[in-house]
Amino acid sequence: MDEQIYQRQSVPADPGRARTQFWEGFAKGLPIMIASAPFGLLFGALAVDNGFTVFQAVLMSAAIFGGASQMVGIELFGHNVPAWLIVFSIFAVNFRHVLYSAAVGRRIGHFKPLQSALSYFLLTDPQYAETEKRAESGKPVTFIWYLGVATPIYVMWVTEAWIGGLFGNLISDPHALGIDMLLPIYFLGLVMGFRKRDNWAAIVIASAVVSIIAYKTIGSPWHVSIGALAGILMAVIVAKPAKERS
Amino acid sequence: MSSITWIIIAGAVLTFLTRIGGHLVLSRFERIHPRVEVALNAVPAAVLTTLVAPAAAEADWRGLIALAFAGLVALRFNALTMFLAGGAVIILLRQFS
Repeated sequence: MDEQIYQRQSVPADPGRARTQFWEGFAKGLPIMIASAPFGLLFGALAVDNGFTVFQAVLMSAAIFGGASQMVGIELFGHNVPAWLIVFSIFAVNFRHVLYSAAVGRRIGHFKPLQSALSYFLLTDPQYAETEKRAESGKPVTFIWYLGVATPIYVMWVTEAWIGGLFGNLISDPHALGIDMLLPIYFLGLVMGFRKRDNWAAIVIASAVVSIIAYKTIGSPWHVSIGALAGILMAVIVAKPAKERS
Repeated sequence: MSSITWIIIAGAVLTFLTRIGGHLVLSRFERIHPRVEVALNAVPAAVLTTLVAPAAAEADWRGLIALAFAGLVALRFNALTMFLAGGAVIILLRQFS
């Protein structure tokens, strides 16, 4: 069995292509920006409802940049939960990023140290998915392309916390607007984007079944890590050991 | 500073650690075993599915129809089209049924 090199060396970036690559990334970031807009606004509004100042809402979106964990954070704050437990819950919800981080190192390992630190800061679910798809398509994953994806998402995410916080609860009935289903629909789209990969169906089924069981028994947010590990374990079990990989 | 600000800062530091941590651990190895490669290739489907499945299990029939419709749209169209189609279905169903 051949071992794989973790950090592949990339071809040197051609400066003439940099601008093109930024806009290629930007085009991938725009749909993500649109899809995340309802949540960015809702977060700002709910944060202020739960006793945050507008500045704190903006700070949270700018510094954490992770929708689900931010929602959990403000929700718990409204329930008089000890501070350390709120921080720990944010950590637990974001724990899945450890797996993205390990996997994406194979794609962006050639970035310079500061570029690398910034890129890992910006590593959200859709950013990770786009980076994997770019690598899969054989096109170069450059820092400028990565920034192109992240820029519209980040700038609007922070702006939405501010707008949502200023104008308060614009979204009067989140249930009627289907807000609870928008995130699952969006993530289903990301899952479907990887359907050409080896053993995709087996991984999805294992991950779905185990995450539902864990959600009903152990509870949120642990179902994410437990379900993910089940899917990964399934991949390792069903993979053909001597399979040729190019 | 208020406790909210401290919670945000601590949450941000820990979140950054999750985003860089997996890489810091794996980058200690120059080469990775094929089984680890297989595991890493499974990460997108394995992790992202856990963000869908429990919500689907808890959803009302309107949510399930919206999800199923979006899943079908995803077979032919890009992610944004799929998201907007699924979003339109759930909003219409919640408003009118």
